Amino acid sequence: MAIATLSAEKLLAMYTCMWRIRLFEEEAEYQSSQGKVLGALHTYIGEEAVAVGVCSHLQPTDYITSTHRGHGHCIAKGADLKRMMAELFGRLTGYCKGKGGSMHIADFSIGMLGANGIVAGGFGLATGAGLAAQLRGSGQVAVCFFGDGAANRGPFHENINLAAVWRLPVVYVCENNQYAQWTPQSEVTLVTDIANMAPAYGIPGVQVDGMDVLAVYEAAGEAIARARRGEGPTLLECKTYRFHGHNFGDPQLYRTREEIAEWMEKRDPIKRLAAYLRAQGLLSDAQDEAIQQQVREEIEAAVRFAEESPYPPPDELYKDVYSYVVT
Amino acid sequence: MPKVSFREAIRDALLEEMERDESIFILGEDVIAHGGPYAVTRGIYEKFPHRIRQTPISEAAIVGTAVGAALCGVRPVAEIMYVDFVTCAMDEVVNQMAKIRYMFGGQTDVPVVLRLPSGSARLIAAQHSQALEAWFVHVPGLQVVVPSTPYDAKGLMKTALRGRDPVIYIEYKRLYSQEGEVPEGDYTIPFGQADIKREGRDVTIVATGPMVGKALEAAEILAQEGIEVEVVDPRTLVPLDKETIFASVHKTNRVIVTDEEAKRAGTSAEIAALIAEECFDALDAPVKRVAAANVPMPFSPELEKLVVPKAEHLVAAVRELLG
Repeated sequence: MAIATLSAEKLLAMYTCMWRIRLFEEEAEYQSSQGKVLGALHTYIGEEAVAVGVCSHLQPTDYITSTHRGHGHCIAKGADLKRMMAELFGRLTGYCKGKGGSMHIADFSIGMLGANGIVAGGFGLATGAGLAAQLRGSGQVAVCFFGDGAANRGPFHENINLAAVWRLPVVYVCENNQYAQWTPQSEVTLVTDIANMAPAYGIPGVQVDGMDVLAVYEAAGEAIARARRGEGPTLLECKTYRFHGHNFGDPQLYRTREEIAEWMEKRDPIKRLAAYLRAQGLLSDAQDEAIQQQVREEIEAAVRFAEESPYPPPDELYKDVYSYVVT
Repeated sequence: MPKVSFREAIRDALLEEMERDESIFILGEDVIAHGGPYAVTRGIYEKFPHRIRQTPISEAAIVGTAVGAALCGVRPVAEIMYVDFVTCAMDEVVNQMAKIRYMFGGQTDVPVVLRLPSGSARLIAAQHSQALEAWFVHVPGLQVVVPSTPYDAKGLMKTALRGRDPVIYIEYKRLYSQEGEVPEGDYTIPFGQADIKREGRDVTIVATGPMVGKALEAAEILAQEGIEVEVVDPRTLVPLDKETIFASVHKTNRVIVTDEEAKRAGTSAEIAALIAEECFDALDAPVKRVAAANVPMPFSPELEKLVVPKAEHLVAAVRELLG
C-alpha cells in the first residue's frame, strides 16, 4: 500500500502543507476584512487534503490547472507565499504583477498553469498540457482540479472524451464539495457521484474520501502512475466540504450551521491527519506547535512583503497584452 | 515566379515551418481524412504522421487543448472547420487564449494559430458563411490576420508560426482556389504592415480579404475613366498599420473602407472611426463604408447574391465620393 511507504518526513511535509494552506487563507480573509486583500476571495479551507494528497506525487515539471478556489493548489504545488500574498494585495511583486488577483495566480516555473475564473476553464489547458507531455514522451502528467459545478459544463465532456481517446496523461480531480457556488449539487445534478460518469468515457472512475489526505494520496498515486505509464486519464472524485462560504462574506443562507459544524468538528482533514500522526508516534504537541509556528512566520513574512511592495505603475497597463506593444 | 493557389500557399507555409520547427502540431476535425473541409491540410499526415491529429467534433476541446499545449512548449495550429463554429469555443478563445499572457503577468507565451475558414461560399446559408473578424479585433490579446492573396497567405502564416502570441488566421473560403505568384524559398511578412495593392491619387479603398480583389477590379474599371484608385490592404487588423492607411488618406483625401463583414459594428466601422479621428482635416468627403448587409446569410442564390458587396458597389461608391 502506498501509505505504508510514506516516510515520516513526507507525512510531516504534507501535514505542514495543509497548515500552510489553512493559515494562509485565514490570513487572507483577515486581510480582506481589513481592505488589504482586494477583490473576490474564494477559500479552500476544509479541502486541503485534496490538493496536498494529489500534489505530493508531482514534480515541478508536472502540470496542474486550478479553479477560482485556487490558493490550495498553488501552495501544494510549491508556490511562493510572498508572491501569492502580494498578488492578493494587487502589488507589482505578485505572481502576476497585480494583474491577476486571487482568481488568476499562476507559476509557470513550477508547472502551475493558473487558477481560472471560468468554471471548467482548466479542462482544455490540462488536456493540452497532457498532449504536450505525450508528444514529448517525457513522462510528465497534468492534473486538472475542478469542482462539482464544473462537471455540468461542456468542457468536462469534450476534454475527458478527447483525453480518453488519445490516452493522454491527465488526471481529472473532482473536488466535490457539494455546492456549486450557492446551490446544492443535488438540486442541479441527478448523478451526484461524479466518478460514476467515468465509464461513459471508457476510463477508470475512482471515488475517495476527500477529507482523508492519505486516501487521496493513495488513489491519486495510482491514477498518476497510470497516466505516466501511458494508459490514459482517470477521473478521481474526492468528496469534500468547503468550511467557509463560496466567497469571503457569503452569508451562507443555503446550508445550516449544524451541517457546517458537523463537518468542521468531525471531519476536518488537518485534525484527522494530526490524529493519525500522533497515533503513529510521529507528532508530539511540541512538534505540532512548532510546525504551526513556522507556518505562521512564513505567512507573516508574506504579509510584510506584500505590504512593503509597490503597486504596479501606470506603465504596466499596456505591458503583457502581447509580447510586444500594440496600440 | 511559380503560381500557386491560396490553399497551397497555406499548406506550403505549414509544411516548410514544420520542417524547420518540430514543435509545430496540427489538430482539428477531419484534418487527416479530408484535409479539413477545404483540403488545406491534405498530404501533411503523409509527411508528418505524428504531428497532425484529427479530433472529435469538440471545438471547445480543440481550442482549449491547443492553448494548454501552447503553454507547455508546443506550437499548435488548430483548425475550426468554419468560423461559425468558433462560437462553441468562445470561452477558450476570449477568456483563455487572449488573456493568459496578461492576467498571469506576462509569465508565458501563447503561440497558438487558429485557422478559421470564413465568409460566403455559395449556398451554405446562415451558419456556414459568416465573417466575424470584428469579434476578434475587439478582444485585446488576439492578433487578427486576413490574407487576400497566396503570397500574403504564405508570408503571414510563416510569421504567425514564428510569433509568441495567439493568431486568429482568417481564411476566406472563396479565395482557396485563387492562384497567385509566390516566390520559391523562405520569406515572411511582418504583422502590422499594410500593402498598397495599387497606387492611385484620387480615392483610397481600404479593403481586406476578398474585397481586395473586388477593389482592384473596381480600380481597373475606374482607371478607364481617368480615376486613379489606391487600394490599401491592411493584411493584419490587429496590429493595424494605421500609418500607411492615414498616409494614403492624406494623399487622396477621399476614402472607402470595405470588408465582407456585416456592416453594423464591423471592422470597417473601426477603421472608418480611426480615419475620422485622426485624418479629419485631410478629408474632402465623409468616410464611406461598403460592407455586407446586416442579415444572416440567406440560402437562395437570388438572395445570397445581394448580401456581399461587389466591385460595382465600390465603383458606385467612388463615383459618389468624387461626385
